[in-house]
Amino acid sequence: MLLLSAANTTLNYAFDFSAPLAYAPDLLAGAWTTLTLSLASTFFGFLLGVLCAIANTKGTRWMARCAGAYIEVIRNTPLLVQVFIVYFGLSSLGWQVGAFTAATVALVVNVGAYTSEIVRAGIESIPKGQLEAAECIGLSRWQTLLHVVLPPAIERVYPALTSQYVLLMLASSICSQISAEELTAVANRIQSDTYRSVETYLIVAVAYLLMSLLMRGLFWLLARLAFPRRRRLGTPL
Amino acid sequence: MGFLNAAHLRFLFDGLLWTVGLSLLAFVGGGLLGFAVALGSSYGPRGSRLLVSLYIKLIQGTPLLVLLPLAYFGLPALGLDVAPLAAAAMALSIYVSAYLGEIWRGCIESVPRTQAEAAECLALRWHQRVWHVILPQAIKIATPPTVGFMVQIVKNTSLASAIGFVELARAGQIINNSTFEPFVIFVIVAALYFVLCYPLSVLSRRLERKFHVAHR
Repeated sequence: MLLLSAANTTLNYAFDFSAPLAYAPDLLAGAWTTLTLSLASTFFGFLLGVLCAIANTKGTRWMARCAGAYIEVIRNTPLLVQVFIVYFGLSSLGWQVGAFTAATVALVVNVGAYTSEIVRAGIESIPKGQLEAAECIGLSRWQTLLHVVLPPAIERVYPALTSQYVLLMLASSICSQISAEELTAVANRIQSDTYRSVETYLIVAVAYLLMSLLMRGLFWLLARLAFPRRRRLGTPL
Repeated sequence: MGFLNAAHLRFLFDGLLWTVGLSLLAFVGGGLLGFAVALGSSYGPRGSRLLVSLYIKLIQGTPLLVLLPLAYFGLPALGLDVAPLAAAAMALSIYVSAYLGEIWRGCIESVPRTQAEAAECLALRWHQRVWHVILPQAIKIATPPTVGFMVQIVKNTSLASAIGFVELARAGQIINNSTFEPFVIFVIVAALYFVLCYPLSVLSRRLERKFHVAHR
């Protein structure tokens, strides 16, 4: 039935991009909120993920179990439900915060779990010989972790981490459901004001594409600054 | 927890069934489209390979929460009046097809080239080569990541609540609006999603281990 009606349709919709483009300042403000939300969540999520990965690989059995349980729960529940639990649920228990803070907390908790799995794979890929050599020259466990294990591990999984954080930026659109004023929320507002849904969402889709290119460029720049070995020696680890 | 009666739980369970139904629809639709995408990007001429890779980058670079309203409002603009379920299924199928197409392309290309060359030596034509030699091996390689991606599909159906389709997350929201106990309700909803997704995650890991052992 769907195919029959498709055969009889013509595009009798007049595109009008000027209406949503008149809201360009709001769109830019929304894009800026999305970027700050994503970058803040990326930073704290990375820290949380690295700590969890260390707990999972080098911690005691109980720490590893707790980290493992946290990762499984986060990875098997939708981000939307996690955001609702943080925003509505925790505020009903007395901890009331604004939408931006709740969105950041939910995104940090979410991306921390995924980061932890990626960094754990990186840590487990470091050859045992590196650890033994570090022990031979008298480095403590924390020094080994900080100087011998983590930098090469993170460099190895850097492409996977970059992809994960770009996905996080796309997933931040979910925070529009708790009325954080980011790009998708602005788009929802504009389309309900102007009734130009298709044009608004097309513009916002292009904006997200441009923002993901921007984020990939930022991460590439960060890699050039943070991992000088590949630049100087020209060899991967 | 005295505020949750049997009717509430029944409503949540109906939402769960709709989540499973929408996930299956998205998997089947996205799987068919993704299969075409994978074949087009592994075996097509250069022009079609470029088009397919542009399609994949476009869909992967757009949030699902922008694709869903685009399908929900854009299809009536094209003249098709669709219910939220059909719009959500179509948008999710397109979204899934980009990711599954990319996964399956990688799996097709990871079948050793020698297999294709040997099949050519045996004078098998292209479609026989793909159907009898390449695809069976590619399917075996592709099963763990595909099962792992099904977890993502189930989680992403929660976003269909944004266009008014009543699945599990929306059912939780509706019950929350009437009982005002968000923490308990959303923890129950999260637990139901966990019950759906965790077995798939475990299965995917088990399949991956089995595949590697089989190739040792």
